[in-house]
Amino acid sequence: MAKIDEYAPAAGRSAIEELKIIASKLKGKTILNVNSTAVGGGVAEILSRMLPMMTELGIKPRWELIKGGEDFYAVTKKFHNALHGTRQELTAADFQLYRDTLKANMESINLDADIALIHDPQPAGLIDKKPSGAKWIWRCHIDLSNRQSDVWDFLHGYISRYDAAVISAPSFSQELPIKQFQVPPSIDPLADKNKELTDTEVSDIMRRLEIPMDKPLISQVSRFDRLKDPLGVIEAFKKIQPYVTARLLLVGGSADDDPEGSQVLAEVRAAAEGNPDIIVLCLPPTSNIEINAIQRASTIILQKSLKEGFGLTVSEALWKGKPVIAGAVGGIPLQITHKYSGILTRTIEGTAYWMKRLLHEPAYAKKLGENGREHVRENFLLTRHLRDYLLLALYLESGRQDFIHL
Amino acid sequence: MTEKSNDPFRFCTRLSLTEVTGRKASNITELLEGIKAADDAIIYHHTHRFIKQSHHLVPEGANDFAYWVANTVQADRLGEELTSIDIVQYHSLADIRDAFVKMLERHIVENPGPMRTVAPCREFHFMRAIRFSLPTECAAIDYASFIECLRNVSVSSLYLHVFEARLRPPYGVDDFSHWFKTNFNDEIVGKEISRLDPYSYTLESLRQRIIRIIEHRLPEVSRG
Repeated sequence: MAKIDEYAPAAGRSAIEELKIIASKLKGKTILNVNSTAVGGGVAEILSRMLPMMTELGIKPRWELIKGGEDFYAVTKKFHNALHGTRQELTAADFQLYRDTLKANMESINLDADIALIHDPQPAGLIDKKPSGAKWIWRCHIDLSNRQSDVWDFLHGYISRYDAAVISAPSFSQELPIKQFQVPPSIDPLADKNKELTDTEVSDIMRRLEIPMDKPLISQVSRFDRLKDPLGVIEAFKKIQPYVTARLLLVGGSADDDPEGSQVLAEVRAAAEGNPDIIVLCLPPTSNIEINAIQRASTIILQKSLKEGFGLTVSEALWKGKPVIAGAVGGIPLQITHKYSGILTRTIEGTAYWMKRLLHEPAYAKKLGENGREHVRENFLLTRHLRDYLLLALYLESGRQDFIHL
Repeated sequence: MTEKSNDPFRFCTRLSLTEVTGRKASNITELLEGIKAADDAIIYHHTHRFIKQSHHLVPEGANDFAYWVANTVQADRLGEELTSIDIVQYHSLADIRDAFVKMLERHIVENPGPMRTVAPCREFHFMRAIRFSLPTECAAIDYASFIECLRNVSVSSLYLHVFEARLRPPYGVDDFSHWFKTNFNDEIVGKEISRLDPYSYTLESLRQRIIRIIEHRLPEVSRG
């Protein structure tokens, strides 16, 4: 696991020094994290990297997992989908199963800590056993802007008893009697997906993947999902083909276990058929270095989403210093300031226009890429994410002042 | 001139945590009402934060209000006017708020017709900045060590001492100028720094400008 000083080249020496100063004020404090899984998913990925940093900074982090049977996870999956805006049928028995499972967890989980970060709906009900004097934060990673009201009303009863809530974007906020803070998610600059690669490493990987580099590469790395609009990407690319020399690369998972994904992949392959400058590539989910190399080899990176949560793949692309053209949805406008640190589009025509323009104006494209990388350095690295959590802990510990001198 | 100061300049830095208030504006009138009701922490977030967060962008934006009006409401003229509000020239956040209120009120009086309401999800979200000031390990006792510190501190520190400092006593004066004047009776550094504004440079290039200003003073100071 990377040491905190190893983040200095990416985040800046001063960012590391700031973290050390903040952490010194929380020295010896226990920060408990509770979520539902130790592996897989963004929360576990972040925690597995952030907690060792906390330990190195003199804080005592703990990580507990909520436990339940398949029926419990079926209910919380319904909660998750309902909060995301996909209509779900919840019965009184479902809500009772949630209560019963949380009650059992309260008996088995050690909740003793100065500060607790409770992630997402699954463990939210643990608030019933909050130790007195502890500060509890509900950390929501879900876009709640289209949440289903019965599920939200049920959770509201728990969440409104926390000391604070944390959301990823302001548009995700809901009416709550507690303070809400914005802490966007982050990327790890030292992870395989984002770490620096030499030109030789990049070209070796591209050769191994049999992706020719004789033309400028425009890529979109996303699962084959209609909401990522891969067909729209192909249509936009076909519009500019008469005017530019370039190659389009669509990279996603194999979608073997996802019937809808398989259908979209088949449609994408059909749309690309017979066009030698459109490559469709399926990679296994562990292909982090390969994705990194593809992004670094690209001239332009697309994320033409029609709907997104936060859309952190945009920050991953920006971190490679590439000009990014992305859909203006979800958390993407927080990551891209249009025409300054990337391009935001809403249509196939707009995407085509900007692809052509950036290919023809490499100096402007380069500036967008540089600005984008700096924006990510300041706002979307793991070190900033940790800093925000520590600042929030300090805010709650130091009497909730608007102005705090450390 | 004194060569070393007995009162070292201790560099601090400013960090902030963003609170989401839940208040939104969909049009110019709602923006005006929101700004009227806003406390200092909200005004600070939408004016000072913007410069800091976008400091690498050239050209930079001016403030969140202007950016939203120009780019989302697409009221070009008003957006331009709001951009022109020079926040670093004001001595309090209340004064900055009043300047925005005055300009928006005038716009509404001059444009009484129906106003554009932005699409859902494109509203302006009012947020507050919970501010933290932290000491850094950098401290300067003379011109040379000051330059060395300037090379190493974060842009947040630079911003805090050069621009945000003007909002607290002695009002309108940045911390660097104040220190050089009170410790070395040097008013030239202050005069040069006071001419810098955050809209014309990125904070990184401002850092280089300030270093050059102090470096130019070094030979004269050494002569005593």
